[in-house]
Amino acid sequence: MHMSEQNTMNTHPEDFIEVKNLVKYYPVLGGVMRRVIAWVKAVDDVSFTIKRGETLGLVGESGCGKTTVGHTMLGLIPHTSGSVLFDGVDIFKLSPDELKTMRRNLQIVFQDPYSSLDPRLPIGESIAEGLRIHKIGDNQERFNQVMEVLRKVGLEDYHAMRYPHEFSGGQRQRIGIARALIMKPKFILLDEPVSALDVSIQSQVLNILRDLQSEFGLTYLFVAHNLAVVEHISDRVAVMYVGKVVEIASREDLFDHQLHPYTQALMSAIPIPNPRLKRERTILAGDVPSPLNPPSGCRFHPRCPIAQPNCAVDEPLLRELRPGHQVACHYAEKFA
Amino acid sequence: MTAQLSVNANQVEKDYRANSLWRMTLRRIGKQRNAIIGMVILGILLLVAILAPVLAPYDPIEVLIGVEDVGKREAPCIHLLGCPADQPQHIMGTDGNVRDVFSRVIYGTRYSLFLGFTAIGIAIGVGAVLGAISGYYGGWLDMIIMRILDVLMAFPSLLLAIAIVSVLGPGLSNALVAIGIVSIPVYARVVRASVLTVKEQEYVKASKALGGSHMHILIDRILPNSVPPLIVRGTLGIGTAILDAAALSFLGLGAQPPMPEWGTMLGSERNQVFSAPHLVFYPGIAIMITVLAFNLIGDGLRDAIDPRLSNT
Repeated sequence: MHMSEQNTMNTHPEDFIEVKNLVKYYPVLGGVMRRVIAWVKAVDDVSFTIKRGETLGLVGESGCGKTTVGHTMLGLIPHTSGSVLFDGVDIFKLSPDELKTMRRNLQIVFQDPYSSLDPRLPIGESIAEGLRIHKIGDNQERFNQVMEVLRKVGLEDYHAMRYPHEFSGGQRQRIGIARALIMKPKFILLDEPVSALDVSIQSQVLNILRDLQSEFGLTYLFVAHNLAVVEHISDRVAVMYVGKVVEIASREDLFDHQLHPYTQALMSAIPIPNPRLKRERTILAGDVPSPLNPPSGCRFHPRCPIAQPNCAVDEPLLRELRPGHQVACHYAEKFA
Repeated sequence: MTAQLSVNANQVEKDYRANSLWRMTLRRIGKQRNAIIGMVILGILLLVAILAPVLAPYDPIEVLIGVEDVGKREAPCIHLLGCPADQPQHIMGTDGNVRDVFSRVIYGTRYSLFLGFTAIGIAIGVGAVLGAISGYYGGWLDMIIMRILDVLMAFPSLLLAIAIVSVLGPGLSNALVAIGIVSIPVYARVVRASVLTVKEQEYVKASKALGGSHMHILIDRILPNSVPPLIVRGTLGIGTAILDAAALSFLGLGAQPPMPEWGTMLGSERNQVFSAPHLVFYPGIAIMITVLAFNLIGDGLRDAIDPRLSNT
């Protein structure tokens, strides 16, 4: 592909995916003329990188914009500004045809296994859809490939002709993975792939994802709100709060030495299976602010236990406090 | 449905057949007694329409003066029920032009069914396209299309149909077009509503992530999943269309005499309701039975496709 030559090359060659200053505002329409009266700042200036073959976990509360980040960076919903470099190619600048070709490399597994499969199609057809769209192979070849990916995700050949309603949630999620996998992608966005599943099934799906990653050298962005799941699968973790990334670090670093007070509160909420263990819980006051009208300065300051007057004015930027450990807090040194 | 995967394994094939969504829906329809009754009636009506030349004892537009010894508007004469054998048999009597009403009613089945299916066919064809575009693309296109359809919808349908026929001129085909146009907004709205629901489904997003074009997504993903409510509404709509067509013909704007159309038959004999009630009774009953059949099927289909509605 000659596309990569036209665009700027990576500053760090090992950074496979580079999200730069991604912004997504949703307009709020109102009044008689349906004019834009406000903006929901769902994603506000988010930057991160993912290295080749790595899993980046993206965590945060419901509504903090993590799913929006994922869908926007794949161009599934239009972005407001910013850029996403995939192997050096800015996917927002591609022509429709180039984007279509590029989509083979970028796949997604959805959160809800019940609505992510067309109820009218036998699942073999659903899995083969991408091959049909890109006109890859003839019927026989497609059939063979469908069988191959079905086996890869632990399903049987005869499942191909069954309909989605005949499968359990875990099986459907594996079908969703098969549909992404058949395109031989380099990157898969896992959009809360296990949050709709039973705990017993979660580990099964996570293990499949892990095996596939090592077999095909896949790069994952794993969006989730379950910290235990994120700890299990991620190499690095990014924490989001009201449309902003507040901390990025390697998994060990983040789970052992959180530098952001929000991350600390989040971590202290992980249940530990030991009823006798006494530990300090950081319980946050107040509610998550609305992205419609986020607090000034640091978005966390109204709830922050260590907030100072300037936190309400100055917006903290992500800065590297330790090697590979970025945090957006003016007073993170306290915890370093 | 596009079965583009060629499958060799027999077992796979068997599984597939037994569990397809359509099969399941059919099985559920089989449990709806009303729908079965409606389908049986419709089946009989279709047979009657096809076999009309065989079933009808007379030519429906032949005036029998001088052919037989019958007069105007004679009461039904059925040999089995004691009508003298020397009189010619007219199961439903004769009309004001001395034609056999029974033959006319039988041939009328053809016109009514044809009218109903074609008018709704036009309405669904145009309505589905407009509704799908409107729902999928949204924005100002949606605004324009829906506001125009709202204007259409604001008129009582029969009144609008009369207006359209007055412009086009009376006649069967113009009545058909008029009823079709009048019914468009209903189907456009039904399709738009289901497109709006379906397009938010994650499998549509998945299609987009796979690189599917708008056309692919609209035609292969969204439309097929928007069809069930359309089928229900369409079946019910055929009944209404037949009724409207009969009304137009009754007013002299639809089928023209001597066409054996039920509405026309009613219209031409409406002044003889008291002296010769059989002339309006039989075509009236025929219209009622046909409309009833479609309504029964429509209700049954709705219950079978969306079980949540069955108890409301």
